[in-house]
Amino acid sequence: MGGEKDHEDIGLKVGLEIHQQLNTDKLFCGCPSEMVEDEGKTVLRNLRPTASELGEVDRAALMEAQKGLKFRYQAPERSTCLVELDEEPPSGPDQEALDVALTMALYMDANIMDEIQFMRKIVIDGSNTAGFQRTGLIAMNGSLEVNGKEIGIPTMCLEEDAARSIDEKDGEKVYRLDRLGIPLVEIATDPDMTSPEEAKEVAQTIGGLFRGTRKVKRGIGSIREDLNVSIEDGARVEMKGVQELNMLPEYVKKEVERQLSLLDIEEVLEERDAEVEDEIYDVTEEMEDSESGLIQSNIEKGKGVYALSLRGFSRQLRGEDNEPLLGPELAQYARKTGVAGIFHSDELPKYGITKEKVEDIEERLQIDEKDAFVLVTESEENAREALERVIERANMALKGVPEETRQAKPDGTSVFLRPLSGEARMYPETDISPEEIDQSRLERLEEELPERPDEKIERFQEEYDLNEQQSEQLFKKGYDVLFEKIVEKYGKASVVADTFLQTYPDLKKDGYEPGKVGEDKLLEIFRRLDSKEFAKEGISELLKEICEGRSVEEGIESAGLKTVDEGEIREKISEIVEDRIDFVKEREMGAVGPLMGVVMEDLKGKADGEKVSKILREEIQKRI
Amino acid sequence: MREKLLDEVEVGDRLKIEKKDQGYEGILMPHHHFSDDDVITLKLDNGYNIGIKADETTQVDLLKEGEERPEKAEKEVDIDESKPKVSILGTGGTIASYVEYRTGAVHPAQDEEDVLYSNPEIAERCDPEVDILFSKLSEDLVPGDWVKIADRVVELLEGGSEGVVISHGTDTMGYTAAALSFMLSGLSRPVVLVGSQRSSDRPSSDAHLNLLGAIEVAKSDIPGVFVVMHDSMSDDRCMIHKGTKVRKMHTSRRDAFESINEEPVGMVDPRTGEVELDQEFEPGKGELRRKGGMEDEVSLLYANPGTSAEEIRTAGEKKGLVIAGTGLGHIRTELIPELEKLIDEGKLVVMTSQCLNGTVNDLVYSAGRELLEIGVISGEDMLPETALVKLMWALSLEEDIEEIENLMKENVVGEITDRRVR
Repeated sequence: MGGEKDHEDIGLKVGLEIHQQLNTDKLFCGCPSEMVEDEGKTVLRNLRPTASELGEVDRAALMEAQKGLKFRYQAPERSTCLVELDEEPPSGPDQEALDVALTMALYMDANIMDEIQFMRKIVIDGSNTAGFQRTGLIAMNGSLEVNGKEIGIPTMCLEEDAARSIDEKDGEKVYRLDRLGIPLVEIATDPDMTSPEEAKEVAQTIGGLFRGTRKVKRGIGSIREDLNVSIEDGARVEMKGVQELNMLPEYVKKEVERQLSLLDIEEVLEERDAEVEDEIYDVTEEMEDSESGLIQSNIEKGKGVYALSLRGFSRQLRGEDNEPLLGPELAQYARKTGVAGIFHSDELPKYGITKEKVEDIEERLQIDEKDAFVLVTESEENAREALERVIERANMALKGVPEETRQAKPDGTSVFLRPLSGEARMYPETDISPEEIDQSRLERLEEELPERPDEKIERFQEEYDLNEQQSEQLFKKGYDVLFEKIVEKYGKASVVADTFLQTYPDLKKDGYEPGKVGEDKLLEIFRRLDSKEFAKEGISELLKEICEGRSVEEGIESAGLKTVDEGEIREKISEIVEDRIDFVKEREMGAVGPLMGVVMEDLKGKADGEKVSKILREEIQKRI
Repeated sequence: MREKLLDEVEVGDRLKIEKKDQGYEGILMPHHHFSDDDVITLKLDNGYNIGIKADETTQVDLLKEGEERPEKAEKEVDIDESKPKVSILGTGGTIASYVEYRTGAVHPAQDEEDVLYSNPEIAERCDPEVDILFSKLSEDLVPGDWVKIADRVVELLEGGSEGVVISHGTDTMGYTAAALSFMLSGLSRPVVLVGSQRSSDRPSSDAHLNLLGAIEVAKSDIPGVFVVMHDSMSDDRCMIHKGTKVRKMHTSRRDAFESINEEPVGMVDPRTGEVELDQEFEPGKGELRRKGGMEDEVSLLYANPGTSAEEIRTAGEKKGLVIAGTGLGHIRTELIPELEKLIDEGKLVVMTSQCLNGTVNDLVYSAGRELLEIGVISGEDMLPETALVKLMWALSLEEDIEEIENLMKENVVGEITDRRVR
C-alpha cells in the first residue's frame, strides 16, 4: 500500500472506540482501583443466558451455555469485595469517576444527558461475574478538532471494566476480579478518519485530553482501543483490544490489505464461477496409509479425515507466491468449533500428505487443479461441525468481505473473533438510582476544566522555554503531565524534556524499557540530580541501572555516578594526613604514593583519582 | 410538565423528543421510580436508556405506536412420565425470569410452560408438575399463607408426587420452613423449600442450581421439610438444612442460609444428582395430614437495654410472647414483674436467645432463675423465629396452657437438640 492518497482513493473509513481506565475508586463499590499480584480466595461459577421471549435462537444459546461455561474467579481482598463477586448489590456510581466522564464531555462539547441511567449489557464470556456489564450513556453528539478537521463523537459512556483474564485450562476460564469495576470512560468516534496515521493522531489527542484530567490510569492496558475499519466495497470490521497506540496505523494498514485481498479473491472466484459444495466427504479410507503422523495417530484413536471441495478456489487459499489468502480465514472459522486447524490443497503436498494422496482426494471429490479442498482430521461430529463453518466462510468469500469482529494480535494482524454483533442486549440496572446531572455541577466542572492540548503546548513553550516540537512531542507521547510535575519541583525543564524525548528513545533502541520506570523513581532521579548527587550526564546510565531493577540510590552507586565534592575530599584527605603526620614529616612528598592508596580506599572510588592526587599533594605541602 | 407532554402517547411508543437544539429518537419507557418527576426515559436504538428532563422547550412527537409485547415462542418440552413425579409449587420468589430486551422489561416465569422452558433440565431430572399457588414477595407472606401452602403440599403428595419443591422468596423462607415442619404430620416424603439470593434475570443467578438441587432432594426419600440453597459462594453444591434449624444469615450472599446449632443434614450435587446425608430420618407417624394451623396472636420481642415495661404490656396483649433475650436468655431484671403479670393472666412467654448460637440456660444466673420461677418457658436452643412459629402452631392446636407448655418443651420435629458440638 502506498501513501495517504491511496487510502482516500479506496474510501478508507476508520472509527475508534477508546476505553480509558480512571484512577478513582471503583465505579460501583468502595474498592480501590488496584491491580494486585495475589490470587486471593477463588470462587467457581457458571453463567446461564437469561431466556428472552424469543424462539429457538435463544434456546440454542441456552443449550450451548449448558455445555458448561465454567469460570474460576480469583478475589484478592485488597481490591475486591462482595460487589465484584456478585454477592452484594452495587452502590455508586463513584462521583469522582462521573466527574471525569463529564469533564471529557465538556471538552468535546457534547450534549450531556439530563439524567444518567445505568444499564446491564449482557456479557456471558465470564469477564463479568454478574453476566452483564454495567454501563451508562453520559453524553452524545460531541466533536473534536484534530489537525483542523472535525471528528464526530456520537457517544460517551461511563462503564465498569471487566475482570482480568488469567488462564484457561481444562474447560475452565480463570479471571482475577481486581480489574472488574474499575471505571472506564468509553469514547466512540464517527468513522471520520481516512488514513491510518489520522487514526493514531485522533487517539493521541483523546489520550491527551484524558491525561489532562489527571484522573486516569497510565501504563499498558490502561487505555484500550477498538477500531472499526472499512473500505469501499469492503465491509465494516471491528477490531478489538489494541493496547499499543503506535500500532494503530499498522492495524489499519493490515486490515485494508486484507480487505483488498478479499476483494481480489471475490473477483477471481466470480470469473471462475466458483462454488462451495455443501457435501462433506469421509476420506478416512483414502488417508489410512498416509504418512502424516497426525492423521495416523488420529485414525488410531478412532477419529477420521473429512473433506470438502471448493470448486474454482485453487490458489485462492494460498497464493502463487505462497502468500496466505483465504486459508487463514477458513482456519479461523473452523477453530471456533474447537478443532486444531485445517489442511487445504493450496499448501499440499506437505505435512506428510503426499502428491499421490492429494490426487486420491481430488479423484474422490471429483475435482481438478482449478479447484481446492479442505481436510479436517477429528472425530466425525467435530470435523463436520468445523467443515460447516468452513463452508459458511467460503460462501462469504464469494461475496467479498464479511462483517466481522476481530481480535487484534500484537504483531499488527488480527484474527476472527465472531460475526459483528447485532444490537447489544441491554436492560436497566435497577440496583442503581438514576443520576441527575444538575447545572451547578456542570458549572463547577466547566470552571475546573483543565487546559486544552493546544493551550498547553503553547504554554509549555513560553513557560519552560521549549521549542514547539519539544512541547508538542511531550504532549503527544504522553509525558506532559509528568514533565510538569518534575519541573515544578526541581526545574531543569530542558534536561527533563531531553530525558523523555532523547534519552528514552535511545534506551528503547538498546532494548531497555524506560516506560516502566515509575513516576516515583523519576521524581527521585531529579531530586537527587537537583541536590547534585550526580551529574546530568549520568541520567542515561542511571536509567539503565533502574531498568535492570535497581533503586535510584543503588543505581547511582553501581554506575559510579556519585559525586563527592571537593571540600569533602579535602576534609577526608586532611584527616588521613593528620592521622599519619609523623610519617608525612619523615617522608615529605614521598608520602604521596603510599597515602594515595589509603585515600582512594576510603573514598571507595567516588572521586576522580587525579583530583585526589592534586589535593593530597597540596595537603602534604601545607604540613612540611 | 412530563405528564402534559406525554398525554397523547404511551409507554412502548416510538417518539422523537426535541429539547433546545437536541433531538432524540427512541422508545418511551416507564417512568423510573427514583427519577425526577419531569424526567422522561427513552430507550435509544443503541440500547441505552437516557433521562430527558422536560422543560418549556421540550417537544414530543409520536413517530410510531408501540408494538404489542412479542408473542411468546411456542414452547414444547418433552415430558418423560416414567421419571419420578415431582411437584414444583410456586409461592413467590422467581424461579426464572424472561427479559424483554426490546423494552428492558423483566417478567417472571408465570406458568408451567415458562418455568420448564427456561429450565429445560428440569424435565431431564423428573416428571414435573408445576403449580403456581400464589406469587408473593416473601416479606408479604402471613401465617395464613403457610396454612394454604401446607394444604396444597398435602394435596400434591396425595396426588402421587414423590416430593414437593416449593419456590419461595428468601426473606421469610426460614419461617415458612418451620411452619410446614410443624403442620405437616405423617410426612413420608421430602418437602423442599428453595429460592435465590441473586435475581433470576441475571446470568449469574443462583436460582437454577438451587432449583436443580431441590429437585434432586425431592426425588430422594428423606422425609421432612428442608431448605436447599448454595453451600458457598461457588456454584458447586447445595446444602440441605432442616426446616426448623435454618436461618438466613446474610442479606445478599448466595450462601446466606445456615443451619444453626447443628450441622446441615446433608448436601446435594445438583449436577450429578448425588445426595449425601449425615442424618437419618424416620417417616412421620400416622396418615399424611395438616395437623393444626397458625394462631397469629403471638409476638416476638427483641430484648435490649432500652426495652420498656410498656413494650412488654403491648406485646402481652396477644396470646403469646417469644422473647429473643440477651445472652443465655435474659431481659432487664426490673421487667420481670411485667412478665409475671402476663403469665398470671394466662399468657405464654417463651425465652430464646438473640445469640442464636448456643442454648438458653436460665439456671446460671439469678435473674434467669427468677424467670424460670415465674413460669417463663425455656426455648432451649430453638431459633427465636422457630419458637415464634411453634408457639403459633401450639396455640392453634391446644387450649390448655399446660398442654401448650409441654408441647413447647417437647422436641417435635428436630427444633430442639440436646447436644451441640460447635
